Amino acid sequence: MDFNDTPEEAKFRAEVREWLSANAKPKDPSKVKAGVSTKSEAERLERAKEWQAKKAAAGYAAITWPTEYGGLGGTPIQSVIYSQEESKFDVPGGFFEIGLGMCIPTMMKWATKEQCDRYVKPALYGEEIWCQLFSEPAAGSDVAGLRTKCEKDGDEWVINGQKVWTSGAHFCDYGIIVTRSDPTVPKHKGLTFFFLDMKTPGIEIRPIKQISGGSGFNEVFFNDVRVPDAQRLGDVGEGWKVSLTTLMNERLAIGQGSGVDYEELLKLARETELENGPAIKDSNVREKLADWYVQSQGLKYTKFRTLTALSKGQVPGPESSIGKIVSGPKMQDLASFAMDIQGQGGVMHDVEESPMAGAFQNQWIGAAGYRIAGGTDEILRNIVSEQVLGLPQDIRVDKNVPFNELPGAGSKK
Amino acid sequence: MNFDFSDDQKMLKDQARKFLEDKCSYDDVRTILESDDSHHDGVWNGLCELGFAGAAIPEEFGGLGLGALELCVIAEELGRAAAPVPFSSSIYMFAEAMKLAASDDQKSAWLPQIASGEIIGTLASAEGTQAPSPRTVKATFKGGKLSGRKLPVPDGETASVAVVLANTGGSGEQALSLVLVDLNQDGVTRSAVDTVDPTRGHAEINFDNAEASLIGDEGDGWALLKRVEAGAAVLVAFEQVGGTQAALDMAKDYSLDRYAFGRQIGSYQAIKHRLADMYVKLELARSNAYYGAMILSEGGAELELAAASARISATEAYRFAAQECIQVHGGIGFTWEANPQFHYRRSKLLALSLGSASRWKDRLVAELEKSNVA
Ligand SMILES: Cc1cc2nc3c(=O)[nH]c(=O)nc-3n(C[C@H](O)[C@H](O)[C@H](O)COP(=O)(O)OP(=O)(O)OC[C@H]3O[C@@H](n4cnc5c(N)ncnc54)[C@H](O)[C@@H]3O)c2cc1C
Ligand SMILES: Cc1cc2nc3c(=O)[nH]c(=O)nc-3n(C[C@H](O)[C@H](O)[C@H](O)COP(=O)(O)OP(=O)(O)OC[C@H]3O[C@@H](n4cnc5c(N)ncnc54)[C@H](O)[C@@H]3O)c2cc1C
Repeated sequence: MDFNDTPEEAKFRAEVREWLSANAKPKDPSKVKAGVSTKSEAERLERAKEWQAKKAAAGYAAITWPTEYGGLGGTPIQSVIYSQEESKFDVPGGFFEIGLGMCIPTMMKWATKEQCDRYVKPALYGEEIWCQLFSEPAAGSDVAGLRTKCEKDGDEWVINGQKVWTSGAHFCDYGIIVTRSDPTVPKHKGLTFFFLDMKTPGIEIRPIKQISGGSGFNEVFFNDVRVPDAQRLGDVGEGWKVSLTTLMNERLAIGQGSGVDYEELLKLARETELENGPAIKDSNVREKLADWYVQSQGLKYTKFRTLTALSKGQVPGPESSIGKIVSGPKMQDLASFAMDIQGQGGVMHDVEESPMAGAFQNQWIGAAGYRIAGGTDEILRNIVSEQVLGLPQDIRVDKNVPFNELPGAGSKK
Repeated sequence: MNFDFSDDQKMLKDQARKFLEDKCSYDDVRTILESDDSHHDGVWNGLCELGFAGAAIPEEFGGLGLGALELCVIAEELGRAAAPVPFSSSIYMFAEAMKLAASDDQKSAWLPQIASGEIIGTLASAEGTQAPSPRTVKATFKGGKLSGRKLPVPDGETASVAVVLANTGGSGEQALSLVLVDLNQDGVTRSAVDTVDPTRGHAEINFDNAEASLIGDEGDGWALLKRVEAGAAVLVAFEQVGGTQAALDMAKDYSLDRYAFGRQIGSYQAIKHRLADMYVKLELARSNAYYGAMILSEGGAELELAAASARISATEAYRFAAQECIQVHGGIGFTWEANPQFHYRRSKLLALSLGSASRWKDRLVAELEKSNVA
């Protein structure tokens, strides 16, 4: 039992490390993860694009993709090694994950060779950014219950309806969208999937303000938006099958969350005086700190077990859902507790006054969304209980019912 | 990355599992629950015949000379079966304390019989309902004689020999030493005590000027004990992981069999999500236990931290799985004739046997404070 690389893995790690050292600055280990960046989104985007282009040119932007699309043709374990090494460097991110993690893999599976030749590389180099237009006001967890409709008109399709929670739509160039082509059949059977240019006439993007005050996601309206039939992915009515490609990649893309963890809580506890002495000597603080340390380590070593399976050529299964089940509530509870330690002052959310520039307050707000995005806590528990433990599926009252006869969905419109 | 047990270790695990499935069913565990026996002789002798008791004892002292990883896989299977055997007392505690601190003469005198299973050893630290510590331990060792009262002592009725934590008069942490005592002598009297898990025998032992000898240096007892506890914490964590898996499986099987309101109860989310939570806690515990195993077998410096993590994680997983296993069973789970009680009992026993979770959380944070993570 060991954490050692195989000789080939060690060689790859050394190459990656050398390249990173030559092209990026190492993180300052004395600096704790800060609060929000003070830079504007446009500035951050520009920096991220520059870095992405560099990384893509070196082949590291998509290690497991085939070389013809700018990948490295590498293994999942190499991809993990790269991420491990990159995480030690101060590099920008946060713009390309949805596109490269979910949209482009969907394109590579379902689009034509010519389309892939046209779109994959620019996405990889950060020149074009992609978003995922799935969720709607009436369809989130149950995304197959969506209502945005598409109608065939000659060689084109006409899309009308509304998407919501679309992360990054306001800076994205392209999107993948699933729509309803036939409301008279059960919900999973009447869907059709497209990719489209976000500048197509009839698309209107309105930012949604989140409880964090930021606007990372948007509502996107479609008024007679015309999309060529050539941009359809999969057959008419087969949109759900295509969506599953995206959703499976989502499961792989969703990590364990980052942000403040036990290290920062330890630092805070050391630096804060409570009524009866330093917080770090308080038994309640110690118990909580130990609990979160143990959870973090448990996740870390669970990942190592997955990596061990990967390096033996096995495919990780739905058990990887446990990362998000654990880390979402942990992020939220830990941040909330860290605010408690700050006493009355914990209510302050202030770059100057709050410890670590308000990192705990930021996380307390942000974690509330993290527990919902990309599969809610509850949906993930369903996945674990059904797909890992083999318990019965939830009863589907909508299974064999035409979509337009369902209560609360198609019948209203 | 090779964060897994070897094929040989997995074979050993299979061997342990097959033996226990065959010889240590819940009915066998029940015979101990319902008798005054301290443990199950048949199961214990069978395990010893397979060489398990001596697995990690060096060959020169009659064992097989394998390592901690082999003990871990055996421990997981013992935990899964809720085996009523003195394995942890004799091996994780007594033999490991001897390996760590005893002289070669002391080892030669006792370890071969421990390895063969001819005799049972134990370690006695507690003195009633307060945590043993340099401030509270009253048993004293002076001029080669041990006096005092220890309880509860696991397998204290059947053990032939014990390592005992005793006060030797130093100050602070140096107050305590470990001493080795032959339990079959005039100065030793013992009687069974009732516990929440009667499938594992416990006793009160009174020492009245009993002959004893130091193991390790005088004044080192507390430090040595903590080191022994850390190793044992990893091994017990594997028992807890095995027990958690068993409780989860039992609850799952029942939830698929039992119908209420026209459906399998396993189709209700209240049950599904609870089983998912059991699984999540189990996987975290297993991962932390693996890391503990790796550090224990390497003799790594961070054993205290790794052991505390393994123990805290596994204690929580087993607590939750065992209690919710009864819950999923409804009324039948509360009956003597049903099996969930075995894990409910064992989970609490293991949660307390090396001291409570709070104590280990405190130990863990003390380690974090030493390290320079922030
Ligand atoms: C920050 C953020 C970014 C996002 N980015 C995108 C994006 O880029 N593209 C995109 O398409 N979507 C995006 N989403 C949407 C996200 O996928 C949905 O919010 C999510 O799937 C939940 O759907 P909902 O919000 O409609 O909640 P609902 O599905 O209505 O859920 C409401 C509550 O009911 C529970 N629930 C629902 N169904 C069940 C069930 N079967 N069993 C038990 N409980 C159930 C949920 O767990 C939740 O607690 C984003 C969301 C967030 C918060
Ligand atoms: C100490 C004790 C005393 C009792 N005394 C009496 C008495 O005097 N008279 C009497 O008539 N009865 C008595 N009972 C029986 C008691 O009412 C039942 O045990 C209880 O109603 C549960 O039923 P069950 O045991 O059949 O479990 P089940 O109904 O089979 O439940 C098993 C599990 O499934 C869960 N479950 C069942 N249905 C659902 C659902 N729809 N959604 C989610 N989860 C579900 C339950 O919560 C439980 O966790 C007693 C029980 C006990 C433990």
